[in-house]
Amino acid sequence: MLRSKLNGHQARMGYLFITPTILLFAVFTVIPVVMAFYLSFTNYDVLSRMDWVGLDNYRKLIADDLLWQTFRNVLYYTVIFVPLNILTSLLVALLLNRASKGVKVFRTLNYLPTLTSAVAAATVWLWVLHPEFGLLNGFLSYFGITGPAWLSQSGTAMTSVIMVTLWQAIGSNMVIYLAGLQGVPDYLYESAKLDGANAVQRFRFITWPQLRPTTFLVSTMSIIGALQLFDQAFVLTQGGPANATKTPVYLIYQQGFNQLQMGYASSQAFVLALAILIFSLINMKLSKAEESIV
Amino acid sequence: MKSTYSSNPAYLRALRSTVFYVIATIVSLVMFMPFLWSVLTSLKPDDEIFAFPIRWLPSRFTLEHYSDAFNTVPFLRYFGNSFYLAIMGVLTNLFFGSLGGYAFAKLNFKLSKPIFRILLAAMMIPGVVTMIPSFYVLMHLPFLGGNDWTGSGGNGLLNSFWAIILPGASGTFAVFFMRQFFLTLPSDMMEMARIEGAGEFRIFLQIYLPLTKPALATLGIFTFQAGWNSFLWPMIVLNDPLKHTIQMGLQAFSYNHQTDFGPMMAGALVAIVPILILFILLQRYFVQGIAFSGVKG
Repeated sequence: MLRSKLNGHQARMGYLFITPTILLFAVFTVIPVVMAFYLSFTNYDVLSRMDWVGLDNYRKLIADDLLWQTFRNVLYYTVIFVPLNILTSLLVALLLNRASKGVKVFRTLNYLPTLTSAVAAATVWLWVLHPEFGLLNGFLSYFGITGPAWLSQSGTAMTSVIMVTLWQAIGSNMVIYLAGLQGVPDYLYESAKLDGANAVQRFRFITWPQLRPTTFLVSTMSIIGALQLFDQAFVLTQGGPANATKTPVYLIYQQGFNQLQMGYASSQAFVLALAILIFSLINMKLSKAEESIV
Repeated sequence: MKSTYSSNPAYLRALRSTVFYVIATIVSLVMFMPFLWSVLTSLKPDDEIFAFPIRWLPSRFTLEHYSDAFNTVPFLRYFGNSFYLAIMGVLTNLFFGSLGGYAFAKLNFKLSKPIFRILLAAMMIPGVVTMIPSFYVLMHLPFLGGNDWTGSGGNGLLNSFWAIILPGASGTFAVFFMRQFFLTLPSDMMEMARIEGAGEFRIFLQIYLPLTKPALATLGIFTFQAGWNSFLWPMIVLNDPLKHTIQMGLQAFSYNHQTDFGPMMAGALVAIVPILILFILLQRYFVQGIAFSGVKG
């Protein structure tokens, strides 16, 4: 009797404690998601209209060349950035996963770029990539190479965005991989050595399979982030030249908040969310498929 | 990779160690170079900034770019705005996050598990989907910012700092993070305190919360960093130039003064420094936090 009364009180307090979280979640997640879906079928423009237009927005976006160009841009970016991110972060982690003197300093130096905001990083790189007086082309000129105008040519603009985002991403993924590497049991390496496995084989058959959960985490997060690229593209190139670095989030921002076509922008947001879902599922399938091979 | 060198001759060991230091130094230098370069640029006189080939060290150090940056743009004001927003984000997330996390970890109630699962699942929703409707919701909150009970008439919370503080006040990550930490704490202290007649909120606040200091530090750092560095959402909801954040100010500066690289670098460094100081002071919590996010996967 007393017990159940106590439990009842505890339960009430439990609900009370989560009330602020649930309220905010309802107002700023549940309602917006439902509304986003509704808005994507309207011509909402903030000022006056919010009429139901059926599938008009979705019909319109199928024929929207600019939208598909932004998707091509961000897919190109993702396909290059995500594998490079995994590769470089893992390599740096493997390099710095030892107990040598000074290793902490090296880790810190590699971690620092992740602390910077996307805007500050992009601002610094605006100058690094300056065609005449920038660090990169100045460095290339030591070897007699005339570097390109990185940000103003459509061929190299996306490469520049990849460089900047990679520079910012390596540090935190390195730390995640270091944590993963620390979790690989030593005896696996010991017994592999007894069997005469060389370093490459030890990586191929022990380290890489053992790190699969870590790689899955890193790849999932970087796919979701990459497909929603905005900040760096906005600061470095304003989406240019000739929309070569314009991304879907950039376009949605412009459509929604500059041109106030919020209904149409909502439908674009759903298409992007769908793309993120598909890519995440592919990634999940890939890491599952790998499991059966090893 | 750990390996036993005992079987290797000494010269091989020395060689491996040298190779390690050479490669690690090169990699770290490449990663650090943009910082060094921007610091040097911010301290050089203009004619030495635009020099070819690169002039690494300035003939004299000058702080004029810093005063230029602060005089053309109200950076100090932006700095203060960003600081306020980041601190509010930290306070709200630490409080609501630990309150919710504690409830999910330590209190028994029927819907605890299903609600928690829904929260976790919702973390998968990309931010771009809720961006536009969140704007709508903030604009039409009833009774606020000149709105009547139907939520129309005024601008709601748009253009106020609440438009940033409220939507992020109780992040799911904060709740999840704190829950994981509370789960590691024993429950018998709770029973004891109840027998002695302490209320549930007091048990939370005076017994359990003080034990979570390391977790609070880690969560606080990440929330501060996220708040300080955020860009797109503040740009959407804050129109009033006096309310702009440091990231918005920096972007506007680099857009409007495209050739003033000295002040631009000074501004960028000012936008980086608070996080850098935080990092230097609380380094171990940073690493713990990332390691945690790696474990959860």
